[in-house]
Amino acid sequence: MRALVSTMRAELVGAGGVVERNYYLTKRYIWWDVAWFLWTVANTLTIVFIAKGIEASGGNLDVNRTMTTLLIGAVVWAYLGILFEFLMETVAWERWEGTIEYTFMAPLSRAMHLAGQGVFAIAYGLLRATFLFCVCAFLFFDLTMPNAQFFPAFVVLLVSSVSFIGIGMMMSVLPLISPEKGTQLGFVAQGTLLVVSGVYYPVEVLPQWMQWIATISPATYALDGIREAILEGQGLTAMWDELLPLMIIGVVSIPLGLWVFSRGEQYAKKHGKLKRSG
Amino acid sequence: MAEIREAPSMEAVPRDLVQAVVVHELRKEFKVPDRKKGRFGRKTRVALDGVSFTLERGETVAILGQNGSGKSTLVRLLSTLLLPDGGSASIFGNDVVADARAVRRLVNRVSVEASFFKKMSSAENLGYAARYYGMTASQTKDLIPEILERVGFPRDRRDESMENLSRGMQQKVALARALLTSPVLLLLDEPTTGLDPRSKLEVQDFIREIRTNHDSTILLCTHDLVEAETLAERVGILDRGRLLALEPADDLKRRYGCGTLEEAFFSATGRAFEAEGDEDDEDDDREVFA
Repeated sequence: MRALVSTMRAELVGAGGVVERNYYLTKRYIWWDVAWFLWTVANTLTIVFIAKGIEASGGNLDVNRTMTTLLIGAVVWAYLGILFEFLMETVAWERWEGTIEYTFMAPLSRAMHLAGQGVFAIAYGLLRATFLFCVCAFLFFDLTMPNAQFFPAFVVLLVSSVSFIGIGMMMSVLPLISPEKGTQLGFVAQGTLLVVSGVYYPVEVLPQWMQWIATISPATYALDGIREAILEGQGLTAMWDELLPLMIIGVVSIPLGLWVFSRGEQYAKKHGKLKRSG
Repeated sequence: MAEIREAPSMEAVPRDLVQAVVVHELRKEFKVPDRKKGRFGRKTRVALDGVSFTLERGETVAILGQNGSGKSTLVRLLSTLLLPDGGSASIFGNDVVADARAVRRLVNRVSVEASFFKKMSSAENLGYAARYYGMTASQTKDLIPEILERVGFPRDRRDESMENLSRGMQQKVALARALLTSPVLLLLDEPTTGLDPRSKLEVQDFIREIRTNHDSTILLCTHDLVEAETLAERVGILDRGRLLALEPADDLKRRYGCGTLEEAFFSATGRAFEAEGDEDDEDDDREVFA
């Protein structure tokens, strides 16, 4: 029993080490992060301005509502980008810096290693997403959201993050087995996930086969839930249609993600890819 | 000067266990590009070919070999970073494949490249690395400055980014990182390659000090014949994946009837020590993704 407690403690300390390392790196690269944030703001603005553009060209729509809908899509896209970026960096950044061998030969379990990456990614991503939403909604557009329930929206994003982390774990194996192309393949996976999830449009406008994929994408339920909370003022109790699938996908995706990563790690060890030069 | 504290990992190793490393018929091969077979053609390159040896607890053994001889492959197999294609290796009775996590608690390494997050400081790099071994911030608060001081790292540069430090300084931090986790097996993969003469001597002095004052077994892979002869109790010759000999330097010279280790190496391999392989094995021992 004592040995188990001691192992668990060491594992938690190790996961804390991953968080600590990411904190140091974020601190050291803070200006790069500021530049990246400004790019994200610009990108989000170009998307949200589409609603004003349609109105200006004679379209008949509720501009405030459409802008808010688009803004939510853009913020979720940016948030997902941060989560996946951190998880992909589990391998890619370590390979670039040359620390990959030291990390993978440490006695920290892969589950806690990836959990540490995930926890920091969620904390940092939520902070960035909240800031992005506020800057765009209130500084640039002065959007009105009279019914908005921000706490339920935040909870939906948090619950969906578990599924996103599971998917991110699966994607983070790509740079492990393909040092040259893995990171790019991760971006493809991220884009595909959002295209089928109704990021800027209702899922119903998609072809049927895409709608089928949408039912297993956590981003679909995350976007629906957040929009219901902010646009319709739905509370948590009315959001089980979103929360339950998110929990189920989360319960499945985390072990699946760990299993996929572990298979990738075995492959990399077999073929000599677990090294700095790839 | 501060003493290195007793290794927490030592608790996991029974005192009466005398064999630190047992390697039996270890084999590793890689698929490498073969241009003769076209763009996607591959051939098998044997990196280690039935290597067997034993290291006693507390012993320092040097493995001499040219680039591409299999030294780094051996170190990476013992570090659990590679899976063998045949044979076995165990560290204090723990198999490197079946008991990989137990092995990881006992082993640390210093490689030819210092390998740090370059924007982070030495203290930050050591701090997060220690957490991976279960060491809390309160445990490393005093220990990190102590170990950095011990390797001769200037106190006033602890908060400086690694990218601003010289290669010699970075290698000292790499030694500190390895020692911080108190490994019972220290794998040194060309730790002084590329260092200026002064840094090289400092690192070698420190290895000598670890050997004397700390209950660590050391496997030193090196190009440097003098380093091997002066630091190790036994010297091995690894050539094209095969371990040709492993014995005290004087016995090696006697066996091949030579006056120097270089001549002994030449006699054993049939090649001069300077006649390097085509590629460094760090780059050579991997498959190409196609």
